[in-house]
Amino acid sequence: MTTPDKGRTDRSPWNRLLAVPIILPLLPFLFNFDEPRLLGFPGFYWLQLSFIAVGVLCTTVVYRMTRRGR
Amino acid sequence: MSEHLTEIVVFTALFLTVSGMGFVAARWRRPADLASLDEWGLGGRSFGSWVTWFLIGGDLYTAYTFVAVPALLWGAGATGFFAVPYTIVTYPIVFLVLLRLWSVSHVHGFVTPADFVRARFGSPTLALLIAVTGIVATMPYIALQLVGIEAVLKSMGVTGHLPIVIAFAILAAYTYQSGLRAPALIAFVKDTLIYVVILVAVIVIPLKLGGWDTIFDSAKAKFAATPAPGDGILLNTGSQLQYITLALGSALALFLYPHSVTGVLAARNRDVIKRNMSALPAYSLLLGLIALLGYMAIAAGIKPIGTDNNTIVPQLFDRLFPDWFTGVAYAAIGIGALVPAAIMSIAAANLFTRNIYREYLRPNAGDAEEARVSKITSLLVKVGALLCILLLDTGFSIDLQLIGGVIILQTLPSVAIGLYTRWFHRAGLIAGWAAGMVTGMILLYNVGNPVTGKPHFAGSAFPLSKLGLDTKMTVYAGLLALAVNLAVALLGTVIARLVKATDGDDATRPDHYLADEGDSRLKDLHLVQ
Repeated sequence: MTTPDKGRTDRSPWNRLLAVPIILPLLPFLFNFDEPRLLGFPGFYWLQLSFIAVGVLCTTVVYRMTRRGR
Repeated sequence: MSEHLTEIVVFTALFLTVSGMGFVAARWRRPADLASLDEWGLGGRSFGSWVTWFLIGGDLYTAYTFVAVPALLWGAGATGFFAVPYTIVTYPIVFLVLLRLWSVSHVHGFVTPADFVRARFGSPTLALLIAVTGIVATMPYIALQLVGIEAVLKSMGVTGHLPIVIAFAILAAYTYQSGLRAPALIAFVKDTLIYVVILVAVIVIPLKLGGWDTIFDSAKAKFAATPAPGDGILLNTGSQLQYITLALGSALALFLYPHSVTGVLAARNRDVIKRNMSALPAYSLLLGLIALLGYMAIAAGIKPIGTDNNTIVPQLFDRLFPDWFTGVAYAAIGIGALVPAAIMSIAAANLFTRNIYREYLRPNAGDAEEARVSKITSLLVKVGALLCILLLDTGFSIDLQLIGGVIILQTLPSVAIGLYTRWFHRAGLIAGWAAGMVTGMILLYNVGNPVTGKPHFAGSAFPLSKLGLDTKMTVYAGLLALAVNLAVALLGTVIARLVKATDGDDATRPDHYLADEGDSRLKDLHLVQ
């Protein structure tokens, strides 16, 4: 039977990166406009869709950097 | 013969295939014994990254969403797009929180969020409140899944309630038999169908309609021509605060729903959850594209059947796709309703079994008895949801679901904050919960819609002018109620400490929140002793 390692923690400076995809989509002045359009999409739409990629990137980095050694 | 014959044949064939899979699922990853909540209700807590991805994706992005979000964009424009920021924000917010919930549940064998609250705050009463809140919030959500199926059936010219009753009877039967394994297996088919349909739709439809530019411009022209002040393809100043508070509030509420927790606890280890928090946004991209089907419907000049805006997407497919592919698309929506409905009924049943039945009725219930009670309750929950649709107006289910989102948010201090700190006193949390519930109800009661003439419960956008502020801005009622909840919980805790009210025991230890697969579980420890 294993005992949980006492030095374990879920804190890490990398966790701060998670704030980026939380704050970005909640600032409408960053994306609430029509021009410039991308592939016909107004800024409001293509910018918010591209925030999805920002979210994926940030969570992936945090996951990679906080993996427990094994 | 019906002009929709091909669609009906394809739809029925796919629906029956998937139902067959639901029954076979009981044998998938077959355990020695299905008669425990760990097995029936959580699939053996053994799902890896892929299964979890399909399961949680199929669970959170429901058929109703796929039908209702485009309908929102079709009707009001940009405000309906909140579903995208909502599902972006939610994963980084819950990333660390869910890991702690998974670990502590792994150590203690918790099946529901209320189980955790019971152990953390030593209060069966608080756990009961959390459980009841979860059940009440989930019921109308299940009912809304039926609305998704209904919209599809209506578009195929199928009327009457019998087909829905049959579909639900089949769903109830295989959920009863296979438990969480059924939706987990079906989710593969459902999500593959949805991805194919939507990818084809977003490539083919814009080509037919003259490109994305044309689609957005016709939406713009439509909203410019209406007298309503709140619509348009961009947010106006009055609706920006509502947009972001609704996105944030919904994001906070999402993983408080019992069915989301069920999906998370079925994962094998912490890494599975972490990987999924990065990979689940693929569904958000899908949802964003689906939302835009609403604008495509505008450009194609689609009209809903009667006054039911939810038929917009089915009508769009019917007009622009060949019959057989429309059948596939309808099946994707129909099956898309089954996965979440099954998980939701399992989650609600588990809450009843663990936090009401075992707590108050049969404290000595063993594993097999728990599984049996949950199976029967899952049937009753589905009958209840079906009655909601058959006896009540559909609009009423939508109101209930709106209320559901606001009330589930009131469990945040006990469940989510409780995972980080034991500072709150159980009496403070109970008082805060009550204050949040009452505030939420009062706020929603005061939301009217001047356009439709509906005086109460007409949405979640509470006008700040009603609080005496000189502004046209509106805010999501759930977040306001949560603020009141937190303030009362804070004050209540301080008072409880001052009068030295007895506090409950905390059965958890700090290292329980960091445990992983392979670490000892309390149940095993007891067996050793």
